[in-house]
Amino acid sequence: MLRLEPRREPSRPMFYVTPFLAIGLTLVAGIVLFEALDKPPLAAMRLIFIEPLTSLRGVAELLVKGTPLILIAIGLAISFRGGIWNIGAEGQFTIGALAGGAVALAFYPATGWWLLPLMSFAGIAGGAAWAAIPALLRTRCNANEILVSLMLVYVAVLLLGSLVHGALRDPDGLNFPESRLFQTSLPILIEGTRAHVGFLVGLAAVLLSWVLLERHFLGFQIKVLGQAPRAARYGGFSDKGLTWFCFLVSGGCAGLAGLFEAAGPVGQLVPALPSGYGFTAIVVAFLGRLNPIGILLAGLLLALTYIGGETAQIAMSLPSATTAVFQGMFLFFLLAADVLVNYRPRWISKRSPATDPRAHSDAQVGTMRHLPTP
Amino acid sequence: MELLANILISAMIAATPLLFAATGELVAERSGVLNLGVEGMMIVGAIAGFSTIIATKSATLALAAAIASGAVMAALFGVLALTLRANQVASGLALTMFGLGLSALWGQGYSGLSAPAFPRLFIPGLTDIPFLGKLLFGQDGLIYLALAMVVVVAWVLDRTRLGLIVRAIGENHDAAHAIGYPVLAYRYLALMFGGAMAGLGGAYLSLVQAPLWVERMTAGRGWIALALVVFAAWRPWRVLLGAYLFGGITILQLHSQALGVKIDAQLLSMLPYLATIIVLVVISRDAMKVKLTAPQCLGKPFHAAA
Repeated sequence: MLRLEPRREPSRPMFYVTPFLAIGLTLVAGIVLFEALDKPPLAAMRLIFIEPLTSLRGVAELLVKGTPLILIAIGLAISFRGGIWNIGAEGQFTIGALAGGAVALAFYPATGWWLLPLMSFAGIAGGAAWAAIPALLRTRCNANEILVSLMLVYVAVLLLGSLVHGALRDPDGLNFPESRLFQTSLPILIEGTRAHVGFLVGLAAVLLSWVLLERHFLGFQIKVLGQAPRAARYGGFSDKGLTWFCFLVSGGCAGLAGLFEAAGPVGQLVPALPSGYGFTAIVVAFLGRLNPIGILLAGLLLALTYIGGETAQIAMSLPSATTAVFQGMFLFFLLAADVLVNYRPRWISKRSPATDPRAHSDAQVGTMRHLPTP
Repeated sequence: MELLANILISAMIAATPLLFAATGELVAERSGVLNLGVEGMMIVGAIAGFSTIIATKSATLALAAAIASGAVMAALFGVLALTLRANQVASGLALTMFGLGLSALWGQGYSGLSAPAFPRLFIPGLTDIPFLGKLLFGQDGLIYLALAMVVVVAWVLDRTRLGLIVRAIGENHDAAHAIGYPVLAYRYLALMFGGAMAGLGGAYLSLVQAPLWVERMTAGRGWIALALVVFAAWRPWRVLLGAYLFGGITILQLHSQALGVKIDAQLLSMLPYLATIIVLVVISRDAMKVKLTAPQCLGKPFHAAA
């Protein structure tokens, strides 16, 4: 029977192989899923994972959806590396959009080169401020940051809904719950598509975070805090300071992503603005191994499931929830496959104990549970 | 009097899903498993129950489906977090995401339908008692089942051998293993009990409280249930108190509108979430106390050879 044997130390190759294994398993499970839904599986898979890449519009959309995912996931990766579970990126995204959007609306109808930087700044500040709440409650009151940051997602979404119904509603509109269209929008990257410069900012974030995590002392401190909190304390690293840093950076990234979404593809504030990027980014961060380069790739892959999901929805009348199921499966299979990083599967034959010299002595003890610890 | 009775009843109705889910999660956590996937298990229970009652018209079958699907979801978590020893926080998030996606997929075509009315208790004589009758004897059976489950769980955990083993495993799995208890088997059991209860809680939403199917209808109740377990300091009786408190807060928003309080509905809807945060802050302020009340092995992976 199959037994798991602990490895002496985590397997480096497996660490990089398992994300691909997870992708493979998800694709197989996807085929089963489509079979169950009575849709031609291979055609559906082609529609989701290949079709969007065959047109300029598809590639541009990949950048549009990838931008928030990558930006948020970069922030989350910094936070997760420090063992800080900021799960509320969706809320920070929402407040970032709200703060940046409010700036745009406050200066309406003025425009100018200065407006977009100001909006971006407000977006970052809004997201960081929203993340500061769980940071404060964590460091001051020992409150669980997972639950606090998550509760704040609901509060943020309700706040956005309330404001676009009220104070921020378009005064010249038809009473729809939406703000005015912003006068300033993000410069377009590829003419004729929706791809905007936010993607370049995302790339810059990838680069910066790589430097931070791999080449800077602060990144080292964060890693030590996450992997060995006691060692971090012995090293004299400020536990609270690092917690604050992780929250503010991840909140700021999510806030900027929210502002980019509002000032980019959407162009105004609407209640449906928070569409789950903050949660999908958690999958992106893990699938990318909390590594900036990995996150870039994982972000584009998950963006593909968004676009492919939409395509499949139209072409095959597949339910829109298919995308969400795929995203859940990615994380599921990744976590399952990760067992290979720390453990080595070993086949121990039960039927012929004679062939396995260890089995004999184990049998005498009456249990095979005690594996030899290397 | 009539209004007060109605307020109390709607508070009980609002509290029941939380009570189911939190009581179940409490058992799982007492055995040392931190399953953050309550939201996912609840929502799958909700759609499993709803789709079954539409197909069969049977409330019993619908509840059975909800229980079974919640337990299966929990078992999935067990495979990840117990057998494959994945990080429990990440596994719980994965379970929630998967559950939300799966339920939305499953629920296509069920939105807009309404479930047949759920049978209510009626005891001639008792239910007719003014005020108390309707409150104590006139509601759907699940409200009372949720209360009964708190009693059962409290009794099993504190007074039986099974409860002692479960608590021992949650406090020190290595010691429990050394004595010879199958740690993972008990944890799977506790976990699946939690899943079944979360499934029931979800089904209560879609079968009794709503009673219809809306995507993401649990709206964070699974997470509130998790916070309730912390609030309750891992004690069943305090879960009961917490759930009813939250039920009260939830219906406050409904009744304040009826009473003519002029506050935006969406701002009022924030109340349960804000209350959760406040409760967490108040309860957790004393770090030492939380450390002492929480099961010592909560969230820690178990490996026999380690």
